[in-house]
Amino acid sequence: MASIQVGSTDHGTCQVVPVAKEQDIIIARNAGRELCRRIGFGPTEQVKVATAISELARNIVLYAGRGTIELRVLDGPDKGIEIIARDDGPGIEDLERVFAGVRRSRRGMGLGLIGTKRLMDRFNIVSKPGSGTTVTIAKRLR
Amino acid sequence: MPMAEVTKIPIIKLHDNLIVSIQVDLSDRVVLQLKDDITNTILHTGAGGLVIDVSGIDLMDSFITRAISDIGKVARLMGVETVVAGLNPMISMTLVEMGMEFEGVQAALSLESALELLASSRSRRGLLSSLDEEQEQGTDRIRTGRLED
Repeated sequence: MASIQVGSTDHGTCQVVPVAKEQDIIIARNAGRELCRRIGFGPTEQVKVATAISELARNIVLYAGRGTIELRVLDGPDKGIEIIARDDGPGIEDLERVFAGVRRSRRGMGLGLIGTKRLMDRFNIVSKPGSGTTVTIAKRLR
Repeated sequence: MPMAEVTKIPIIKLHDNLIVSIQVDLSDRVVLQLKDDITNTILHTGAGGLVIDVSGIDLMDSFITRAISDIGKVARLMGVETVVAGLNPMISMTLVEMGMEFEGVQAALSLESALELLASSRSRRGLLSSLDEEQEQGTDRIRTGRLED
């Protein structure tokens, strides 16, 4: 896929998938699934990671309009995959309420983010109204 | 993998049921169109059951889960039972771990067992309503009996 930039970091390979339309959600999650397969994740784990990517990419398309999904391989003792979803959208107000399950958007963003957190080993979200959202998630290879 | 954009999901009528087979990722627009199409088809065919076959889907996120669940709820309000057929084990495990629930729909392993499920629940309902009729006739008889006394 020409639109995916592939680079190399200290941690190994890294891909950045631009996300702006619904079709990009599929491109991003397929790229993630393929990377998981290459690292050695089993089929169910591949689906879990791809589903998490789908949630994050969908949030970008629905709420921010555009952003990126970065996929990187983690080496070392905690071998696995790390995914960073970035956008410069409106940001999320009241993050705590979203995660307490109190706030649910019309399209169910709360459920998607809570689900993503449950699927991963590591989950971090930084968001402020007006300055975009960055979600970093990771899953270890067992 | 090249993908042509799908704008419409076909709805197949088979005897008393409607069958929808989802093979692609659903966009917002396609989901809205599908909801409209399903409710219209239920209205015009008087179908009693709806099967949503998802065996062709390799991944279900909260968006598509919610879309299918919504379709089931709308169908139920029209008196139609919905069965989701063919969820693969990897997707099922992922949905459970995420805490997602399919409200408003039942599940079956395959299209075939989904149709069997609908048929058996229909005959059960048929049995119940005929029992109701018998009971009503029974009360009539008693009432008549009292009048004769």
